[in-house]
Amino acid sequence: MSETVKKFLYVNRKAPYGTIYAQESLEVVLIGAAFDQDVSMAFLDDGVFQLTKGQDTKEIGLKNFSPTFRALGDFEVTKLYVEKESLAERGLTLEDLQNIEYEDEDDDWAEKPSIRLVSRAEMADVMADQDVILSF
Amino acid sequence: MATLHTVNKSPFATQSLLSCLAHAKAGDTVLMIEDGVYGASAGTGLAEAVAGLGGGVTLAVLAPDLKARGIDAARLMDGVKSVDYAGFVDLAATHDRTQSWL
Repeated sequence: MSETVKKFLYVNRKAPYGTIYAQESLEVVLIGAAFDQDVSMAFLDDGVFQLTKGQDTKEIGLKNFSPTFRALGDFEVTKLYVEKESLAERGLTLEDLQNIEYEDEDDDWAEKPSIRLVSRAEMADVMADQDVILSF
Repeated sequence: MATLHTVNKSPFATQSLLSCLAHAKAGDTVLMIEDGVYGASAGTGLAEAVAGLGGGVTLAVLAPDLKARGIDAARLMDGVKSVDYAGFVDLAATHDRTQSWL
């Protein structure tokens, strides 16, 4: 059974708890992962805030969904493109983000980072390389 | 391999239009719809930034949304194309993908 694999990019441009977009994006990515497509995620503008470490939502009555990003590798979602300029504009560096890894089945299950830091120009290239773009 | 970008928020309220323009590539079209049409007017505080970033791309607005908001087509920045709903469909059909900047 040979089916066409399409490149899907989920674009995240909103901070995690002020609106439901970020959490819904993650839900859709996990659902979409079941369809064996080539899935990537992009984080730019306020979307980079979704990946910060140390999130604790106990006192705002919302689910802390940030640990879910670390499970994406098990669903073969291993490309998380994060825009450098968006981080810098918000006073953040890679050090402020969660460590998200996947096990590379083609390399003896070596653990590799899922986050790929890209420039704004490289992010534009990533977007232009997709078959389908879904925005959140 | 061009992309149709749609922007539906006022550029005076969110960064969506400027971020979109910063990621659009030569040959792409940026279509302003709903409150996004406020970004197409000449003489605003953002017009220079929009024109500057939008250099290599085609800028377009959805005419019914302009009309609904009482924006005269004469106020549009130079080079902004006005399309109706059928024109929107044509744009979607002639580009390889569509990206919404929410």
